[in-house]
Order: sequence, then C-alpha cells, then structure tokens
Amino acid sequence: MKKIIFIAACFLLTSFGFSQNPDSKIKKLPSITIKTVDGKTIKTSDISNNGKPIIISFWALWCKPCQKELSTIAEVYDEWQKETGVKLVAVSIDDARSSSRVLPTVNGNNWTYEVLLDVNGDFKRAMNVNMIPHTFLLNGKGEIVWQHTSFAEGSELELIELVKKLNRGEDISEKK
Amino acid sequence: MNKNTLIKRLKVIVILGFFPFIGFSQNILNSGSVQGNFQLDAQYYQKDSTIGANEVSEKMLMNAFANIIYSNGNFSAGLRYESYRNPMLGFDNRYKGSGIAYRYATYKADDFDITVGNFYEQFGSGLIFRSYEERNLGYDNAMDGIRVNFNPSQGIMLKAIIGTQRFFWDVGPGIVRGGDAEFALNDIISSFSESKTRLTIGGSVISKYQPSEEILYDASKKYNLPENVAAFAGRMNVSRGKINVNAEYAYKSPDPNSQNNFIYRHGEALLVSAAYSKKGFGIILSGKRVDNMAFKSKRTEVGNMLNINYLPTLTKQHAYSLSAIYPYATQPNGEMGVQGEIVYTIPKNTILGGKYGTEIKLNYSRANSLDKSAINDTTLIDKEGTKGYTSNFFKFGKELYFQDFNIEISKKINNKLKGSLSWVNLVYNQAVIEGHPGLPSVYANVLIADINYKITPIRSIRTEIQHLSTKQDEGNWVMGMLEYSIAPQWFFSVSDQYNYGNEIDVKKIHYYNVGVGYNRNSSRIQMSYGKQREGILCVGGVCRQVPAAYGFNITITSSF
Repeated sequence: MKKIIFIAACFLLTSFGFSQNPDSKIKKLPSITIKTVDGKTIKTSDISNNGKPIIISFWALWCKPCQKELSTIAEVYDEWQKETGVKLVAVSIDDARSSSRVLPTVNGNNWTYEVLLDVNGDFKRAMNVNMIPHTFLLNGKGEIVWQHTSFAEGSELELIELVKKLNRGEDISEKK
Repeated sequence: MNKNTLIKRLKVIVILGFFPFIGFSQNILNSGSVQGNFQLDAQYYQKDSTIGANEVSEKMLMNAFANIIYSNGNFSAGLRYESYRNPMLGFDNRYKGSGIAYRYATYKADDFDITVGNFYEQFGSGLIFRSYEERNLGYDNAMDGIRVNFNPSQGIMLKAIIGTQRFFWDVGPGIVRGGDAEFALNDIISSFSESKTRLTIGGSVISKYQPSEEILYDASKKYNLPENVAAFAGRMNVSRGKINVNAEYAYKSPDPNSQNNFIYRHGEALLVSAAYSKKGFGIILSGKRVDNMAFKSKRTEVGNMLNINYLPTLTKQHAYSLSAIYPYATQPNGEMGVQGEIVYTIPKNTILGGKYGTEIKLNYSRANSLDKSAINDTTLIDKEGTKGYTSNFFKFGKELYFQDFNIEISKKINNKLKGSLSWVNLVYNQAVIEGHPGLPSVYANVLIADINYKITPIRSIRTEIQHLSTKQDEGNWVMGMLEYSIAPQWFFSVSDQYNYGNEIDVKKIHYYNVGVGYNRNSSRIQMSYGKQREGILCVGGVCRQVPAAYGFNITITSSF
C-alpha cells in the first residue's frame, strides 16, 4: 500500500507540473444542475452578466461571517451595480434542514442578490470550497480570476477595487 | 493476496492510470484543467486531568485530505486522498490510515451524464436517499457505483443510481439502488409556461438489498429478515408570487434493524413548509413527522455511518458557542416537530429603524415524541419481533424532546459601530437526545451580545459576550471573546469560556483560547492554543461527540 501511495504522489507531482502551463489556469464555471431559491432549475455554467464581472459567494444560514459579508455588501450593492455593473450570486449550501428558510431570510433582509440553493453541495465540491464564506470573482468572459475565503469588515473594499480593475481591463490574477 | 485486496489494488492502479493521461492531454489538447483543494488539521495534545483531556500517546494527531479534479470538455475525473495519522480525538478510530477514499469519472453530454465510481446524490429533501459528506465531522456515506442523469426534455429530470456506501475504508454490505423523477410542469406544458403559479412535482424509489443473516431473539427465536427493503417518496413545490409551499412524504417497507429494536412496522416521514416573503419581511412555518425511518445499508449498524436517508432537523442551527452547547438532532425512531420563523427589517428613517434600519429574527421550534399505542394488550410497545406499535398520524406525543425560542436583533448604529443582541430559551431532553436515561431535561437561557467596531476601513474589533444560565447539567457559563481583524488577511482572537456555575468546585474551569488566522486569496492558515470543552458538534444534521482537549491546533486549507 505504501508503495502505491508513493507512486500516487509522484504522479500527482507530475500532473501538477503540467497543469502549471498558463492557459490551463483559466477556469470557467463547471456545469452543475442547481435550483434557484424560487425553485427553477439552472445550469451553473449558464450564470452570466452581459459581459460584466460576477461575484459568487458561498454562504449558509448557520455561518455568521457569511451573513455579515452579504449584509455588508447589501448596503452598498446598489452603488456597486450602478458604478460597475457587477452582479452577486449568493450560493447557499444549506441542506434540507434549513434550505426552505433561505428565501424568507433573503427577502426579510432586503437582499437583492441572485440566490441559488446547493442543497447537497454539488456546486461547492465542483468549486473546491472547503470553508465558507468563500468568494469568487469572475471577469466579463466568465473566467474565475480571483477567490478568497473568510470575511472581515473591510474585505468588501478589496473586492470592489478588483471589480473596478477588471472593468478597466487590468489583470488581477493571483499568481502575480 | 485474496480476491478483495486484488480488486482494490486493481482499482487503485486504474485510477493512477488517469494521472499521466491528465498531464499529457493537457499538453496535447491544451484545454483541460486541474483544480482541487487541500485541508490539514493537526493538534498537539497536552494532558489536563481537570477538563478530562487524556494523554495522547502519539502526542500529535492529524487529519488531512486533498481533492483533485481534472476536467476537459465533457469529461471530468477526480479523487480525494485522505490521511488520518492518526485520527484526531473525536473522529472514529476506524478512519486510521491513508489512501484514496473517493474517485470517479463523469461523462457529460447535452441531455445526460454518467458517473462511475464514487458520487454524492440526494433525492428530494433526502427522506429516502441522501449520500453526502461532512468532512469536519468525519461523516461520509459516499456511494460507490454508477449514476445516470437524464434530461430528455425541458422540465424533466430523471436520475438512476446503484452502488454500495462508504464505511470508513470499506463499503457497507447492502446494495442501494433507485431512481428519481422530477417534472417542472410550467416548462413541460406550454399553456402553463406564462402562468404565475409554478408547480414542480417529483417522486423517487429506493431499494436496499442485504442478504439475510441469523439473528436470534427471546433466546431461541430467529428473525425472518427481509432481504429487500423498499422506500418511496413523493414531493411537490408550488410557488406563486410571494408564497412558496413545499411538501414531501416518504414510506418505507418494514425493516427490522438494530436501531428500531427489530420491529416489523413500516416507516413514514412527512415534511411540509409554507413561506410568505416580500422585501423586508419573511415568514415560514414548517412541520414534520418521522416514524420509524432509520434506514441503513447494514441492519445491525448503529451510530452515524451507512445512512441511506437523511432526516432533516427542524430546529435552528446556532452559531454562537454557548447557544450551541445543547444542539438537537432528529430522532429517527419517531418524532413530531414544528418550526416557525419571522425575519423582518424595520425600515430606515423610522423611530425604531433609525438611520440604517433594524433587523429582527424570531424563531421557534419544538420536537415531541410520537404518540405510540401498543398493538394489543399483551405486547409491549417497541417489542422486538412484533409490529412495534400503532400511531395516530397527526397526534403529538406527550414527551418533549426539544424546544427553542430565540430572538435576534441586529442594528447598525453608525459607520463605525454595529452589533446584535440575542436571547435563546432552550429545553433540552438530555435523556432522549444523548441516550442517557434518568438525566433531567435542561432548561437554559442564553444571552449574547456581538459588537463590531471599525477602527479604520479595514481594521476592526469584534467582541462577543455570552451568558448561559441553567440549574441543570453543568450550571451557568459565561464567555467572552475579543477579535481583531485586518481585512482581508489577518485575524487575532482571545476567548474564555468559564463554567462558573458548576456545582463541583474543581469543574469551575476556564476554557481559554488564543488564535491567529492568516488568509491569502483562497488559502488560510489558522493556529490556536487552549482548552476545548467536551461537547457535541453538529453540522448539517450530523452530530459528533467532541472530547475535551488541550493543546496547540493548526488548520491549513487551500483551493487551487
């Protein structure tokens, strides 16, 4: 068994080597079938915003920092949208225990985001999300160009700066 | 080498075969991508007899995993390598070891996809089938088999699955197979497509096969065990404007097993919820009945593993440490539950709303026993080898398992200061929930203040002050926490939980903790040192007993 693990490790390393080729760093959204908060079925690869950037934020009702992030952004979301055209998609990973409470919470909080329900974590797994909040930023071409875990007051300032840079056509890839 | 080991090794070799292919195909086609994530948790344990933290002979224990996903056009494949050297305290020791615990390949075309290997899946709300993972709780019942999804036309979704379930480093003895169909009527019937009312219906069936075995009762009688157990569920979702209604009903054929004391009664579950919401206001009412619904792919299994279905708990999952001391989990053998929640934002520029508005959340939930009657005068309720009991479908039983009333008010005072106040009132039936007959129910009140002060746009201080009062169990607790953050990268925190109300003097213990976290993009390193209270940790319906621990902890997580 140990030998096999060693071989596996070697293979892993080689494949990482290959994956460093720059073109393969461009990642698009995987195609996962998922429900919107009002019950429609969509494919995540169809998420779009007329060539403007998209923020995708994974959250849950049991996650305090996630809700802080969403309510902090909610205060400035109108401004953000007017200024940059950015759209935020809030992906709840609540399972059947609390997924039915997501819609009343979103509306009760006056959030105007597009909300998706990832009840069995399929989208979360495909996006390699371990801990939430986990926020992704997509450029106008739908490519994932930046991601971040955790939220602290003020993190939203960095996020909108990056959105503005994208709109100006600057490269914000994290490998710089 | 026996046949099983040989097959296992062959499987591993087949998987390894993917890797060079990944590397090459990227070079050739230049369109594939590799991505993944990694997490490592390790703790250095120190002995502390006052809190019950025992000596750990390895000194340090570690859990780690990495997921690698390769995708290229319609094809994707992935695996997860896991290592428990040795499993951290609180995780089942049967995880000890390292290896590839999860691997799959998927081919996706326009209207169908096929997955071979491991997969996670859920039918409806999971009442008869849910395969999922909660890595941080050590829960994983991944299927190992085949799944086909078929989407023949707009609005119709069909799924079929077959396989066995993960059991630590092995699979369970039962075969699980079934299918699910869902119809979004507005997309199917053209005259409905513009209707304001949206209606989705669905149905699923699951069958479990496990060979019969010889299990005796009453000294000499042998159970006649069903080898095939079937379960059916039907569901619907109706939405019109501000109203949204969900319902699912499930039925399971008699399935005598260790969890239900080998009774031959059928199982039933019902889950309903109705919500009304508009901008600034949301209300939801839900109810459920669970009757003899323990469903595992091994009839003698007790504990958390090999669940075929998922019975959601209809209570709020609390996020603060003292309000989470007494968590509830569904009792699969039977319970009746209700929950209601109101979320309301008092508008800006009103007396109560102030300049920024005030947000109020009210939540109430309760779970009771089932109303059970004996099947006849001479047979005890739940007597093994019988039909168990009869029960009125809509009647609540007399015994209270859990009750939670809580209110949370959040308010932004000005650009620098915001916070929330919460009050939680709990009744927690220790005897039933923890399975310790004789213990009294815990009646507890918890008060929590959470205040955030922004020093500069990116530097802020957050403090939590919490108090729990109860006359039962361990008595009163107080907790204080101070966190300093420099967005978006740094976190520093100190906290102390003090069990000052414990009747036993030596158990009046300070559980202090200091921590630091550093985030860079999608990587995070977190370190902490201190004492951890013994307790129950629950996420997504699964609970795990966490032992007391004292020492240094590190968590590294990264997505790439």
